[in-house]
Amino acid sequence: MTAQLPGWKSLPPGAVITRPGSTVEYKTHDWRTLRPVIDQERCIRCRLCWLYCPEGTIIELDKPYTTKAGRKYTRTYEINYDYCKGCGICAQECPAKAIKMIEEVR
Amino acid sequence: MSTKPKIPTIWDIPREELFAPGHRMCQGCGAAILMRHITKALGKDAIIVEATGCVEVTTTVYPQTAWKHPWLHIAFENAAAGASGVEAAIKALKRKGVIPKDKKVKVVAIGGDGGTFDIGLQALSGMLERGHNVLYIVYDNEAYMNTGIQRSGATPYKAWTTTTPVGKVWRGEWRPKKDIMGIVLAHRVPYAATVNPAYITDLYMKVRKAVEIEGPTFIHAFSPCTPGWRIDPALTVTVARLAVQTGVWINYEVENGEFRVTTPVSRRKPVRDYLKLQGRFRHLTEEEIAEIQRMVDEEVERINRLVGKTVIGPVVK
Repeated sequence: MTAQLPGWKSLPPGAVITRPGSTVEYKTHDWRTLRPVIDQERCIRCRLCWLYCPEGTIIELDKPYTTKAGRKYTRTYEINYDYCKGCGICAQECPAKAIKMIEEVR
Repeated sequence: MSTKPKIPTIWDIPREELFAPGHRMCQGCGAAILMRHITKALGKDAIIVEATGCVEVTTTVYPQTAWKHPWLHIAFENAAAGASGVEAAIKALKRKGVIPKDKKVKVVAIGGDGGTFDIGLQALSGMLERGHNVLYIVYDNEAYMNTGIQRSGATPYKAWTTTTPVGKVWRGEWRPKKDIMGIVLAHRVPYAATVNPAYITDLYMKVRKAVEIEGPTFIHAFSPCTPGWRIDPALTVTVARLAVQTGVWINYEVENGEFRVTTPVSRRKPVRDYLKLQGRFRHLTEEEIAEIQRMVDEEVERINRLVGKTVIGPVVK
């Protein structure tokens, strides 16, 4: 990475950052020691994990899901493991206890 | 005003993220939850002016930024002054016809508790007094967390910090927390409110309201800090919720002098529940906890007197 860093001549003056939201280039997944896993069967789609995630790594998708018991949902919640720092707020706040924190194995 | 504004539910919060992931805030940071939802509530037509602080240094590590709004970095002491200038520039550009006259752009200043309670107080007071159309948001993590947990004017009574250590002579901070809302309300601002990350719909409603009101508005946000408060990252929201349930933090808003508590608590929990989760209060003895309980009771009584009825109830074990 160090080889391609731009020099001062090619950078905009005043250290202006011209790319909004560019921290997406920096993946924070390696901060994690515990990995949250959503059990789609137990999830009641209450949106609380999405609401309280400090990183915004819980993605809300319009993907229908039918549980084994026959309950139909129009939304699915998934985790973007590229940015999840593994804080565990989602597991703590989940009212259905559908999120488990499991040990990260790399 | 004939119809009451609709109180938002959890489903009214937009899905689109205006605060990018990949920022370097700590695991389970309370301020990160706040910033995500503040940016959602602000919408796209806002200019953010940010004082130095945790959020500033962790979101804009050169050459990247987590913000999708126009964003301006300002030194510790003059976020409010910088925001005043941006607001004046927008006015001038509207007069000259560069920006359409009917376009609503809100200038938002964000500062930490150090940059607001201590260092930036003078600029904040000036901004409120001159009546600029700026929303000032302070995320209050109750010390200078970014530089290593030094005490600030916002540090609560008996809390441990690195500059108010616990030993034979000192028992943590011995001065009570500064009443910033009292200072702001003394400027007769049209809108001031307190928000808590455990009550996001309340936060969303208040930020929307503050954006729409013309003139200086102020929002005081409670922001749990996992390394500074010595709490488990998973317990950020739990601690924030307990702060409201024990009466340590009261969610209220003051609109044109009218005082309203937005999160009434009919039966308060003892303050011990809130303190025992945090390592910064680990040294407290029974007498010290009783003393903090007494201080919280006094504050709750003051709020109840202001409202005129019991909105925050008594402690129930």
